[in-house]
Amino acid sequence: MTTSATPATAATSTRAGVAGRIGESPLRPDGTLKVTGEFAYASDLWHDQMVWGVTLRSPHPHARIVSIDLSAALAVPGVSAVLTADDVPGVNAVGLEHLDQPALATGVVRYEGEPVALVAADHPETARRAAKRIVVTYEVLPAVTDPRRALDADTPRVHDGGNLVRRMAVRRGDPSPSAPVVVALEFEVGMQDQAFLGPESGLAVPAEDGGVDLYVATQWLHVDQDQICRVLGLPPEQVRLSLAGVGGAFGGREDLSMHVHACLLALRTGKPVKMSYSREESFFGHVHRHPAWLSYEFGAERDGTLVYAKADVLLDGGAYASSTGAVVGNAGTLGLGPYRIPNVHVDARGVYTNNPPCGAMRGFGCVQAAFAYEALMDSLADAVGIDRVEIRVLNGMREGDSNITGQVIDSAAPVAELIAIVRDMPLPPDRAENPDLRDLPGGVSNTTHGEGVVRGVGYAVTYKNVGFSEGFDDHSTARVRLEITGGEPVVTVQTAAAEVGQGLITVEQQICRTELGVERVVVHPKDTTVGSGGSTSASRQTYVTGGAVKAACEAVRSSVLARAAAVLGRDDLRLEGDKIVAQDRHGSGEVLAGLAEILGTDAVEETVQWRHRPTHPIDPLTGQGDAHVQYAFSAHRAVVDVDVELGLVKVVALDTAQDVGLAINPDAVLGQIQGGSAQGMGLALMEEIVVTDGHVRNPSFTDYLIPTILDMPPMTIQVLEYADPHAPYGVRGVGEPPTISSGPAVAAAVRAATGRPLRRVPIRPEHIVGG
Amino acid sequence: MRITLTVNGARHDVDDVWEGESLLYALRERMGLPGSKNACEQGECGSCTVYLDGLPVCSCLVAAGQAQGREVTTVEGLADGERLHPVQQAFVECGAVQCGFCTPGLIVSTHDLLEHNARPSDPEIREALAGNLCRCTGYEKILDAVRTAARTLSAEQP
Repeated sequence: MTTSATPATAATSTRAGVAGRIGESPLRPDGTLKVTGEFAYASDLWHDQMVWGVTLRSPHPHARIVSIDLSAALAVPGVSAVLTADDVPGVNAVGLEHLDQPALATGVVRYEGEPVALVAADHPETARRAAKRIVVTYEVLPAVTDPRRALDADTPRVHDGGNLVRRMAVRRGDPSPSAPVVVALEFEVGMQDQAFLGPESGLAVPAEDGGVDLYVATQWLHVDQDQICRVLGLPPEQVRLSLAGVGGAFGGREDLSMHVHACLLALRTGKPVKMSYSREESFFGHVHRHPAWLSYEFGAERDGTLVYAKADVLLDGGAYASSTGAVVGNAGTLGLGPYRIPNVHVDARGVYTNNPPCGAMRGFGCVQAAFAYEALMDSLADAVGIDRVEIRVLNGMREGDSNITGQVIDSAAPVAELIAIVRDMPLPPDRAENPDLRDLPGGVSNTTHGEGVVRGVGYAVTYKNVGFSEGFDDHSTARVRLEITGGEPVVTVQTAAAEVGQGLITVEQQICRTELGVERVVVHPKDTTVGSGGSTSASRQTYVTGGAVKAACEAVRSSVLARAAAVLGRDDLRLEGDKIVAQDRHGSGEVLAGLAEILGTDAVEETVQWRHRPTHPIDPLTGQGDAHVQYAFSAHRAVVDVDVELGLVKVVALDTAQDVGLAINPDAVLGQIQGGSAQGMGLALMEEIVVTDGHVRNPSFTDYLIPTILDMPPMTIQVLEYADPHAPYGVRGVGEPPTISSGPAVAAAVRAATGRPLRRVPIRPEHIVGG
Repeated sequence: MRITLTVNGARHDVDDVWEGESLLYALRERMGLPGSKNACEQGECGSCTVYLDGLPVCSCLVAAGQAQGREVTTVEGLADGERLHPVQQAFVECGAVQCGFCTPGLIVSTHDLLEHNARPSDPEIREALAGNLCRCTGYEKILDAVRTAARTLSAEQP
């Protein structure tokens, strides 16, 4: 399957049988609502008697709260509640891995933007003005803002337990290896933001039973529910969550944002409370991608064959752990890339500082490492005098290899093939004699007509784990119901797995159509009335929730056939759409009964909790173990034009190849690859939350730049489908690999154009032209 | 204050508008038209794009009071009853919608582009839509959708 920049409109297959099965690209069921403006995002919710909640946040990266005076805020007409940590009825602690973060600050604030107090009022501006009248007296404390010093003995402790969140060591082979060719580098990766467009929002509605119903944009309803219950001191029956429309996520909605706050205000006021962050607050209201400091060394034979690799990865976790531990796990276990390396010495650490908390973002620990190992792989190619693609072909992982944790890669590992595919794709034409300004670095700013512009080409390849790892009990639940409605069979599929824009709801429909042969599939709203779907992250939902839906469909089919067998007195039966047919060897498919005859007015419903094969904790000393359930591979080739006098970059082409196992929805797969590639490119060239002395300097879309349509080049994409025999339908996670390999390819292309080492991303103009 | 304006062809009298409210806020919170999205509140992302007297504007940058007596068209006003506008249809069919938060603004901006330029080149599409941020798609399928809509509209109006 190949696509290019030429227009390629999706078409629903109308081949014989039910349309919209797996392998086709049916249109997403929410598409029409989204183009007409009718789709209800979390920020669109409205309720009678609704009031607005706002958050007062700390202006300091580290301070002791001496006192809080609420009286002036409470006196503002229209204000219905002002809350602090004193008003938290349950345990004032949240966190994905460690309960180290208060829902509202108590005694101390540990980062700029930490929530301190809440206000509810009848107009959002009234609430904001009242919040400004809350008088918080702070005693400013020294802030730990350099993660490289976080573990020094004389550095203050951000938390009582010290500043280390997690350290992972991976050791394999000879502890003191040597090699004839040695290359090394140090690399730095800036702090990236998920920059989803739909701000954190939700509506909390107090219920008559003393509980609360929360409608919220999130990535995992049940882990939210668990945390909210703890803070509110309520059982899960009284804290019911429903997924409101989600305007993108990319990891930034794994942690709680306004969830607990809106619930606290709703329970206090007895009124529905809406909270919706501004863009500025959003930058303070969710975790970011960890900035990283990486030190790498490769030893190789003279022909380029790797002998050893050493890596030291430091990740700034900021003030609270969030998912730093798991990010360290990925940086450690996957931090040397998809290469065969016999001798390995990796240390990865995540530390506490008083910088903004960092956690999940698409690519999760692999993005940072890939910039370093891919830059060093280019250095190695240069050192031994071979081509930069050839060095990757030579060292690329193959099926059956053990990776650096000793896990055998037991399905396709097409590193050599992927990098060769992108190498062999046609290159964009040379720059025209009178190029369109919009195709040049600087664009319509009219900074060059081609003078000083140098072209460069760069390559990168990567691999990423799919699903939750290191022994995590990673499962999903699906409820599937089949019934006759209005004379036709209808399937209803219910999972709590969050649709965040990626198209899971379409995939759920496709799987039901494939398994049950029924065209009409209704996707039940996502809520906590069914078991957990697990997180919409780690590229896992098509695999895990897809697996659960498939299993639930199989259970429904078995149940229907058992009923039919009882009625018909034979058990050689098959379900085909709305018919029960004979399951004979020749496939003549004699129709024995209509589904309506078998079901009558009954519905057949089955609920299945499904797990992928288990993963295992790694050895704490050696880092060895089968940590991950599946690996997904991708490669990119970037072509850039660089104005070497002004330091401006125009990405001319960004081409990629990726193994997706099996494309359940080929158009949606392309959409994931295109969007993921853009985010990787953004980190290479423009995206960074600038933090100085613990303060965020650019919390806006004016100052935090994400790629526009002018920045994105055309992409040629080739998708490989090497089925993973261990996964449902052979699927392989899709969403994250493109974000990992695109950025290093862009950085490599800029290095090729400029001849500069460029050991930091995002690459800024001053890095290209500076002394 | 009270403002009176025409939105999607219908007259609206809106009471209790605070002077600091944007047109976006008035549309979303006072007129039951939440289709226009609030994603940046400073005119960078284009998610709130509407027509104001026929010109596309970021409604987050227009004070509600400035819309007094004027005509506004939002994404909710582009379809012909149940029949999607060709721009909307193209966005659905080309997979140009993922999370969809940027979509209403992109639909209006594309609608405006094709009003003025029936067969835009790719660089012209890119320049016209450079004020609309999308975080999900990488823009490739948005380009597909704009090209498709241009073809459809040209075929409808030979």
